[in-house]
Amino acid sequence: MNLAKIKEILRADLIVASSLETRIKIVCACDLMSDVLSCVQIQSGSLLLTNLAHIQAVRTAEMAEIAVICFMRGKKPQSLAIDLAKKNGIALLSSSLSLYEASGLLYKKGLAGCAECGGVK
Amino acid sequence: MWGSEVTPNVKAPKIRELGYELKVREAMDKNMITIGPDISMNRLRGTLRSNRISGIPVTEDGKLIGVICVEDLVNWLMAGARDCLVEEKMSKDVATLFDDEPLIHAINKFEQYGYFHFPVLDRSSGDLAGIITREGIIRSLLKRLEIDYREEEIRHYRASHVFEDMFADKTSLTFQYCVVGQDFNRAGESASALKKTLKRLEIHPEIARRVAIAVYEAEMNVVIFARGGEITAEVDPNQIRIKVEDSGPGIPDIEKAMRPGYSTAPDWVRELGFGAGMGLDNIKKCVDEMNITSTVGKGTHLEMSVAIKKESVSYEVKGTG
Repeated sequence: MNLAKIKEILRADLIVASSLETRIKIVCACDLMSDVLSCVQIQSGSLLLTNLAHIQAVRTAEMAEIAVICFMRGKKPQSLAIDLAKKNGIALLSSSLSLYEASGLLYKKGLAGCAECGGVK
Repeated sequence: MWGSEVTPNVKAPKIRELGYELKVREAMDKNMITIGPDISMNRLRGTLRSNRISGIPVTEDGKLIGVICVEDLVNWLMAGARDCLVEEKMSKDVATLFDDEPLIHAINKFEQYGYFHFPVLDRSSGDLAGIITREGIIRSLLKRLEIDYREEEIRHYRASHVFEDMFADKTSLTFQYCVVGQDFNRAGESASALKKTLKRLEIHPEIARRVAIAVYEAEMNVVIFARGGEITAEVDPNQIRIKVEDSGPGIPDIEKAMRPGYSTAPDWVRELGFGAGMGLDNIKKCVDEMNITSTVGKGTHLEMSVAIKKESVSYEVKGTG
């Protein structure tokens, strides 16, 4: 599923853009960054849904090579986080949906989670 | 006329891209010659000749009130050259550009009008800010292309050759990073820098990712618990060895600390998505070897290594739909 479709499903605003053709294969919905980092399957085609609008959410994406982060419940990231995302080519979205709702909508559309892909070690 | 829907005439994609990226102010000449409206046409003739320019903006108190060019001068000469003021012969209806417009607007405007120059106005004050010529546009584009070319060249230098280029029985590279404690905004900078370095060395992306995650978690521990620390990574053709040392409070029971979910992190750290007791466990999963020693009141010393051998990359991502 490409980023344009995800943006549409989550009714999200684009805060930091990347190609809307970016393909997303795996979704991780999590506020605990160490859990995100422990998913080995997370790779360039991953989306992170999180309530954490801190710069460390973007750092985590940088380390784990996550392509897109969507901040939930209308949270807007700090400017430090925006700068870091731009520097590393990570797209940022903001959606008014809750983490639960966003996860449900994307799961229903067939996007897999980390454990299903055998990614949790 | 110059609304948002300007169709660019420039065909070369790279130039067009730069045309949108660069602003008019980057190509304009700020030190242009201007004259007042009360100068005589005879004096203007001398000014145009001695400066070898084709046109001069006419200003009054910093504001552009017209432009007088060679063509106006020729017409005046043909009409008998009766001396008069520039004000009478200048064009008052002048096409201008704003300094913050993309350069592509200027390029298109030259194409459309066939002029040799356009005065550039400061959008906020309306004052004359400079003059843009075709030559200025070409110069700014070339300058930018040269910078881009240099950056490309640097990017293409393959640092991985370093190992083959050295004459030694054993070669290794050491990278050292200082970690500032308690500064949560900067936590991860060392891991980020090391990851970028490993990519420059063309270490397999999966290996670089594992090292980055392990170092990031270790760096986070230093930031959370210590006043500061040091990360040293030694890279040789076979492995990456990393040392993380801090002078923090130390870990009283390492076995307990290694248990997933065990944490002594303060609440403010947890609110920022860390400190849930998964850090050391994550490090263990990412590296091939790990050893922690710690003395309460003195500090903690973490050593880990990751093999670079291709076969150690066991979990390449396969197509997951």
